Amino acid sequence: MKKILTLSTALTAVGFAAAAQEVTVMSWGGSYTVSQVEAYHKPFTAQTGIKVVSVDADNPATPIKAMVEAGNVTIDVADVEYADAIRLCDEGLLEEIDPSILPPAPDGTPATEDFLPGALTDCAVASIVFSTVFAYDTTKFPEGPTTMADFFDIEKFPGKRGMRKGAKANLEMALMADGVPADEVYAVLETDEGVSRAFVMLDKIKGSTIWWEAGAQPPQLLADGEVSMTTAYNGRIFAAQVAESKPFAIVWDGQVYEYDLFVIPKGAPNLDNALEFVKFSTDTQRLADQAKWISYGPGRKSSGALVGLYQDGKTEMGPHMPTSAENLTNALASSYEFWVDRDSELNERFNAWLAQ
Amino acid sequence: MVAIDTSGGEALGGGLLTTADGKPLKQALAHAQARARRKALLLVVPLLAFIVITFVVPIGQLLFRSVYNDGFSANMPQVSAWFQETEAGAEPDEAAYAALVADIVASAEARTIGVVGTRVNYEISGTRSLFTSAGRNAKDLQPPYREALLELNAKWADPQLWGVMRSVSSAYSANFYLAAMDLARDANGDIVRAPEDRRIYGMLFLRTLWLSALITGLCLILAYPVAHLLAVLPLARSNLLMILVLLPFWTSLLVRTTSWMVMLQEQGVINNALVALGLVGNESRIQMMYNQAGTIIAMTHILLPFMILPLYSVMRPINPSYVRAARSLGATSWTAFRRVYLPQTLPGIGAGALLVFILAVGYYITPALVGGASGQLISNLIAYHMQDSLNWSLAAALAALLLAGVLILYWLYDRLIGIDNLKLG
Repeated sequence: MKKILTLSTALTAVGFAAAAQEVTVMSWGGSYTVSQVEAYHKPFTAQTGIKVVSVDADNPATPIKAMVEAGNVTIDVADVEYADAIRLCDEGLLEEIDPSILPPAPDGTPATEDFLPGALTDCAVASIVFSTVFAYDTTKFPEGPTTMADFFDIEKFPGKRGMRKGAKANLEMALMADGVPADEVYAVLETDEGVSRAFVMLDKIKGSTIWWEAGAQPPQLLADGEVSMTTAYNGRIFAAQVAESKPFAIVWDGQVYEYDLFVIPKGAPNLDNALEFVKFSTDTQRLADQAKWISYGPGRKSSGALVGLYQDGKTEMGPHMPTSAENLTNALASSYEFWVDRDSELNERFNAWLAQ
Repeated sequence: MVAIDTSGGEALGGGLLTTADGKPLKQALAHAQARARRKALLLVVPLLAFIVITFVVPIGQLLFRSVYNDGFSANMPQVSAWFQETEAGAEPDEAAYAALVADIVASAEARTIGVVGTRVNYEISGTRSLFTSAGRNAKDLQPPYREALLELNAKWADPQLWGVMRSVSSAYSANFYLAAMDLARDANGDIVRAPEDRRIYGMLFLRTLWLSALITGLCLILAYPVAHLLAVLPLARSNLLMILVLLPFWTSLLVRTTSWMVMLQEQGVINNALVALGLVGNESRIQMMYNQAGTIIAMTHILLPFMILPLYSVMRPINPSYVRAARSLGATSWTAFRRVYLPQTLPGIGAGALLVFILAVGYYITPALVGGASGQLISNLIAYHMQDSLNWSLAAALAALLLAGVLILYWLYDRLIGIDNLKLG
């Protein structure tokens, strides 16, 4: 009897030890999460033996506050947008991440100099540059829309539109479609007249727009024929184009690009593993690897040279990146300073506009 | 049942009625009853505890949250103290600015400056960064603090900002209820209507009530004949049909909603069928989803069993001979229905309507998925403030108003029809 007891206790202890060796990562789902699983999770588990549990959310930033305030944090790492990372950090909801622990580039350049400008903040480490673009179904428009203004032109390009349900990126795109140059967009949007001008533009397509919330929805809406054009995260459209051979085309004019960053919620149950995961995932090789699975630009300079072909072994990734020179001709860097501050106000106004 | 009147007993000159062991009967009875009551109480204690823990406490917390937000007061103690010492409307002096800077420095170090800024931002939007950017720079500020802070940003001298800071320096505030009713305070602290492009909640409350009433009505019209059919068929056949009602009822809400999406979308089953039959052109497919129509169709279907079941349970025991008797006395079938059958089903109608209506008022998943922009209900905005904007106080205030609305309707129902007439089976 005693033997059995000892044995079972030992087994339980082993069980607990095994259970403790894991890290829960929350991300955006769909083809984006697939790219992270392939580039980060699997090699991480192979190297460290720590299991990675992947969880999806429409926007991983939103559950963090509820979790931290309720004192019941169940995730260790979350993948969030820039403005959300700053906001959560300012509210004390994130663990600080010391940039000096991050691995240097292969040539020895320290991480603080190797990451793109602004890609490291007090609480967050950028992994990728992604972009909100608009895409269309080439079978419906063989000639194709070419500018942001075409997206808002229902007469020239009839059919339903898809847009993300929220103010961010939509207002910027509306202003660019209305002829505001990319470098003046935020100056215009600072003013009440500028915001109204953006909403007047959105009014033109309000009646024929379907509002999406999760990043996996827009390619689906396009594939179902529910919309003829939709805004989307560029990597999602790429995945549908290349992996599923859908007849979609991206219009890069007026794209709005920004970083996605890893953060660690305050009180993460596996803090050490979380830090290990962030260190591992943001080294030069891993960031370059992710580009093998989805067309998002790596957040480190040294990764750029390592980006080559898509996992099918023949598609060159360069031209599909939001940061490649020909795609940046009329592009807008999303301003976190603007959105950290105006997020709640503009979304409130957006909701009111939507409901009216 | 024997009535025992002890005073009568005394009047008769006899002693009290006693039990065999000499205790007064009344006392013994009370004793026995008290024990039974205690036992009964013990049996319901688990339920009582369950209700208190899962229902009363959360609702209490929600109501508390709707008037309480210590985002500013808890993190800015010195300037809050200054507000308490001075009269309302007092010009902020150097001491006030010194307290403000000290608080901002401490708050930035504790990483709570974002909370402070967010709290003020709820009242005047666009001020969050005022606090966070000051938090980044406040450490280097030298006295005189007024000039130093104004040099960072001239907005710090704005009297409206100081008025708002004064009002949020107390953790208790009714402002979230004002916001939930599309009202706001102007620079003088008077209550005014919110700007037109921000008014949303009043309209959404009305839309929620109107759509819920419409869905209740549709459910009643659809459910009444079905329930009647189920009630008059022989049991074996009605059970078979009942399965058709119950099967969808047992299916997950999400599955049913997404199946409606398959049916209703523009390239969906219904539209394809209509196009194949030549009833509509391929170019003019009907938009049945991502608008109010989608919400109405899907919610009516999902809530239908909640109407059928109480109606059925009330109709089943109605004796068919009553209607036959009415007919044989010369009533037309309409009169027999109206004066004999319908009144007997009223308790079921009341129960079903109340059930469907209250469920519809709080529905959130179905409108979120198939409602698009025009089919959203107030619950979607509550969910938005809970999950996305994280303005829990506003979400709580909206939820409290919704709760109050439902309670008023319940009270009206009780006054007009009487809650005793409610029959679920």
